[in-house]
Amino acid sequence: MELIKELLYNSGKPLGELYTWAHGIWAGWGAPPFLLDLIFQIVIGVAVAAVVVLNALWIIYYDRKLSALMQIRKGPNRVGPLGLLQTIADTVKLMIKEDINPKAVDIFSFWIAPLIIFIPTFAVFLVLPFGKGLIPADLNIGILYVVAITGLTVIGILAAGWGSNNKYSLIGGLRSAAQIVSYEIPMMLVILSIVLMTGSMKMSDIVAAQSHYKWFVIPQIIGFIVFLIVGNAEINRAPFDLPEAESELVAGFNTEYSAMKFAFFYLAEYTNLFLTSAIAATLFLGGWEGPLLPPIVWFFIKTYFVVTILMWIRWTFPRIRVDHLMEFSWKYMLPIALLNLVITAIVIKLV
Amino acid sequence: MTTKAPFELEKLSNDEYILNMGPQHPSTHGVLRIILKLDGEVVKDLYCDVGYIHSSVEKMCENKKYEMIMPYTDRLDYLSAVNYNWGYALAVEKLMGITVPERAEYIRVMLAELNRIMSHLLWYSAYGMDVGALTPIMYAFREREEVIDMIEGMTGGRLTHNAFRFGGFRNDLPKDFMDSLKKFIGHFNDKIDEYEALLINNIILTARTIGVGVLSKETAINYGVTGPSLRGSNCAIDLRKTAPYSIYEKFDFKACVGKNGDTWDRLKVRMDEMRESTKILKQAMEGIPAGDIMAKVPKIIKPAPGEVYTKVESARGEFGVYIVSDGTDKPYRIKFRSPSFSNLSVLKEITIGSKIADVVAIMGSLDLVIPEIDR
Repeated sequence: MELIKELLYNSGKPLGELYTWAHGIWAGWGAPPFLLDLIFQIVIGVAVAAVVVLNALWIIYYDRKLSALMQIRKGPNRVGPLGLLQTIADTVKLMIKEDINPKAVDIFSFWIAPLIIFIPTFAVFLVLPFGKGLIPADLNIGILYVVAITGLTVIGILAAGWGSNNKYSLIGGLRSAAQIVSYEIPMMLVILSIVLMTGSMKMSDIVAAQSHYKWFVIPQIIGFIVFLIVGNAEINRAPFDLPEAESELVAGFNTEYSAMKFAFFYLAEYTNLFLTSAIAATLFLGGWEGPLLPPIVWFFIKTYFVVTILMWIRWTFPRIRVDHLMEFSWKYMLPIALLNLVITAIVIKLV
Repeated sequence: MTTKAPFELEKLSNDEYILNMGPQHPSTHGVLRIILKLDGEVVKDLYCDVGYIHSSVEKMCENKKYEMIMPYTDRLDYLSAVNYNWGYALAVEKLMGITVPERAEYIRVMLAELNRIMSHLLWYSAYGMDVGALTPIMYAFREREEVIDMIEGMTGGRLTHNAFRFGGFRNDLPKDFMDSLKKFIGHFNDKIDEYEALLINNIILTARTIGVGVLSKETAINYGVTGPSLRGSNCAIDLRKTAPYSIYEKFDFKACVGKNGDTWDRLKVRMDEMRESTKILKQAMEGIPAGDIMAKVPKIIKPAPGEVYTKVESARGEFGVYIVSDGTDKPYRIKFRSPSFSNLSVLKEITIGSKIADVVAIMGSLDLVIPEIDR
């Protein structure tokens, strides 16, 4: 009982003890310690993968239910209680479908694209602070790592657009490249303001700097709003879903994809939604901090709060046009983020 | 069947490419094929390839008796079937000199206006989908369902309602019709405000539509554009007003017009038209007299030799019927003038120079129904 409580509320300590204890036994057997580290890393990797997949299954169901609520519908309600197993049924369907490779595709980029898109989303989970001490790898460049890794997605989308050998896909891919590149800059600037306030890029330090409920959402309210908008654009969700604009480009960069390759895109989209929300929660809403409930629960509550806001936006607004999208980034988001950064820097210097 | 290539491929510059939009495409609302010549995202030229679902309705009509043609007309434009029935019924009545009893005229007006609302609601939903908003369709269908239920009570059909007869209407109104109509009129105006708040006045949509696809009054008239698409260009031509048929003179309503003729004006005209239709419905509900619903019509329809042209204002524009009779029980020749065909012809004029996304937005604002174009 004590142990479970300790695990939930202060996960770092018991996990650290487990690590040293295992190393002690391992050394007693005379085995090289790096092998044990490798085993630990594999276990962590599998745990992260499980979290990603389970979370994606839930978030897709949540999106469908929430949109149903907004649209006076019922949403999935046939498979399992309250339709909870619907996503699993869909996944099984996608897995057993025929994997079609159209004749004219560039087979290498066609195959590699879903992987390039999906792997970074996995990798980012490494630095998410789920709870006190519960962070797979607390890198000292945590947030920079996040930005760098998520930036890879655009290569995948471009590869999908080019490799599909379809004009709709190509337009979608090019739109996405322009979009992600121009929205990355305001995002960096907002993150920079946070880094200025904490003096560290380590995720655990960013959470620690907001302890005692001094959440950055108050001083950085502009930054928070900019981050939500820009983050939404980064993950290609409506109203910024131009790369896969259904009514214009059929399905954009994933027009030619089917079966499991399509599932990868789908999974990546929702995992990215979760990631953006999780990072927003960590940077602005105090991460896992909160009263009574265990930190990990608070982390998910805050993340899903942001997820809900993003879904709300997605189901309300029409799609923005491609030139307005660029204008919006360069003429509004960038100056606002820059101003926010300058003000933050001045205030920090003065205080 | 061969189609001549609209653009000569070897004449394309290095920056240009051809994009084939349709015939299977999410936003062509049926089987319309548009071939776009693009430079990046900018439309340089376009060509509409129609005729994929040509069914030669007019030729078929020549081999049918007059009564049997009626169901063909409501399949031309399945979204405002009633007005097409009416256009045809009006032509035959004029040819035979039948006067329709007043109660039947009131029922016809009510049905036609309900149908207009239903059609505009579907247009609103589809337009939401075209511009990427997925929620408006659910809101509009909530009210559309009410309208369809009323129409189903009147005619028995939910899509291709067909209850017009030469000289009147097939059956009288169902008992509970007036109550449900009263209830509907009571709250529908608030719902239109809700639709406008959700989509039409949304800042993203206004940015996408104001100043886009500007159709000048002259161009519109030159191309024969009619209906809401013409009225969006500040041209108050509404056949219910300018060439009144049936009993439309009795009602107090106005022809809604836009200001600049851009895409947004066309959207706004349709929203306003739903309000006007509600007004007409209210007046019709209060003024409907008792009496017959069918005039005395001979058992066999055999109009005297001659020709006739009648036109009605459908939800999409002027629907005209031209009949040549040779005195037998089958028409010698029938020609339908369908509004969507002329409205589509102007697409090239107003789209060149805009973006791919605008093609969808502009085409949606013209409110096309494909079977009516191909006939």
